[in-house]
Amino acid sequence: MSDIIKRASAGTMESSDAYVEISPADKGLEISLDSVVQQQFGEAIEKVVLEVLTDCGVQNAKVNVIDKGALDCVIRARVETAVMRGRGE
Amino acid sequence: MKDSKVIKNIAEAVALSGLKSGMTVSFHHHLRNGDYVLNMVMEQIANAGIKDLTVNASSLFDIHAPIIDHIKNGVVTTIQTDYMSAKIGKAISSGVMQNPVQFRTHGGRPGDIESGKTPIDVAFIAAPSADCMGNCSGKIGKSACGSLGYAYPDAMNAKKVIVITDNLAPYPLLGWSISETYVDHVVVVDEIGDINGIVSGTTKITRDPVGLVMAQRAAQVIKNSGLLKDGFSFQTGAGGASLAAAKFLKDIMLKENIKGSFGLGGITGYMVDMLEAGCFEALLDVQCFDLKAVESIRNNPRHCEISASHYASPYAPSAVVDSLDVVILGATEVDTDFNVNVHTNSNGYIMGGSGGHSDTAAGAKLAMIIAPLFRARLPIVTDRVNTISTPGRDIDVLVTQAGIAVNPKNAELAARLKDAGLPVVDIHELKEIAERTTGKPQPIAKGDRAVANVIYRDGTIIDTIYNVPNAGGIL
Repeated sequence: MSDIIKRASAGTMESSDAYVEISPADKGLEISLDSVVQQQFGEAIEKVVLEVLTDCGVQNAKVNVIDKGALDCVIRARVETAVMRGRGE
Repeated sequence: MKDSKVIKNIAEAVALSGLKSGMTVSFHHHLRNGDYVLNMVMEQIANAGIKDLTVNASSLFDIHAPIIDHIKNGVVTTIQTDYMSAKIGKAISSGVMQNPVQFRTHGGRPGDIESGKTPIDVAFIAAPSADCMGNCSGKIGKSACGSLGYAYPDAMNAKKVIVITDNLAPYPLLGWSISETYVDHVVVVDEIGDINGIVSGTTKITRDPVGLVMAQRAAQVIKNSGLLKDGFSFQTGAGGASLAAAKFLKDIMLKENIKGSFGLGGITGYMVDMLEAGCFEALLDVQCFDLKAVESIRNNPRHCEISASHYASPYAPSAVVDSLDVVILGATEVDTDFNVNVHTNSNGYIMGGSGGHSDTAAGAKLAMIIAPLFRARLPIVTDRVNTISTPGRDIDVLVTQAGIAVNPKNAELAARLKDAGLPVVDIHELKEIAERTTGKPQPIAKGDRAVANVIYRDGTIIDTIYNVPNAGGIL
């Protein structure tokens, strides 16, 4: 498991998609979320993002998610791709 | 004897009209998001120091956002309207105005104007063409918008009527919509609106596969409803899926050689295509949505302008909606009792209004909602809509890509659709299918101050819209 070595992104700002930005960090995970469905699904989205990061073994990163109403599967895919790009894979 | 009613400018019109603080002014919305007239008039009214006005506008669009400042400055203290787009809606939802907005329907508004319940002191008519005595029309001129249907009740019932035009035609302007007998003054301005906002180009049929599936199902529902036969009448909205449904319906009507009686509404080029292909004997038009509709109402005698009252008034001895067979409508939310919300978005902000939604749903034999199972992760079907715009008793069927839910009050329709092999499901099941994909949404925060009342077409308040707490955040 390698660290996030560079700033990377995945996804779009289209409706029903999410735009995920990841960048290197020193201490732990810092997740920020801006969602059009913040009230209805904010907690659920944060949980999924954290889950994907944990599954990928990311321990230190800053993650910024701009969500336009994406389903869980879309958010998972976007976060996973951002992680891979951030590792330079 | 009078040789002309043309006066210098809007400021003079405001002065001559006798408008005073506390009175009511009215506007119609055929110039839609291209309308300059409401803003020009309100600016002169504010300059004249008049305060505490009621604005009765058939609809308000984003271009009318300057009205927010007039609210803040006490020029406007009450709004009566049938529709309010998101920009002004957000300000209202944030609590910018003390008095709740009075939302009516396109039929309830003219009904209340004519009965004297909502009297108008001065009506301002945006007219794409007018002569010096005030005969006016929307069919010609550089700002042509077609029908002026919503302006009729205002012109016929206001104490003073001011026509504002950017195309002064020689007297007499033939083919007038509103005649000089109602008009007090005429003002000529450079431009009454921006043509790009007045009419859209041809609205495109959806290419979204989900939308096409819904549209195809909608056409199948109509085909198997028992209503699709000679004399059939129809109205549809201008949304991409609704237009696609109209196209599929047209194919069925041509194939089976069904001669309908009339198409109604807000008219688009697709309804014009149906008229020209022989699907209908006539189009009855209260508002044109695109250039093709404007051209058609100008040139085709079977494409006929109607007033807002004739369209949908619940108090008239009859209105066209009472003779309507099928209407296709949209929804932001539908609940398991088939109540429909078209007023507020998923975060509780005002972003629409009934327009003719509840009028046509009440009048039509078959009122159909067409909507995707979920939009941007939010399921369409909920336990209770955030705002009731149209009561569930007036809705017959909800068409989604995952199945067709028929209101239990219409058992005959459910039986017909099942016999035809269409996927009829319980509305609760649609909610569950959606939530399996999206997750269950948490409820939204609601404020405790009423910012708008939804007045159903019979005059009863069917719902109250509350402020959005901490507004200014997410929209």
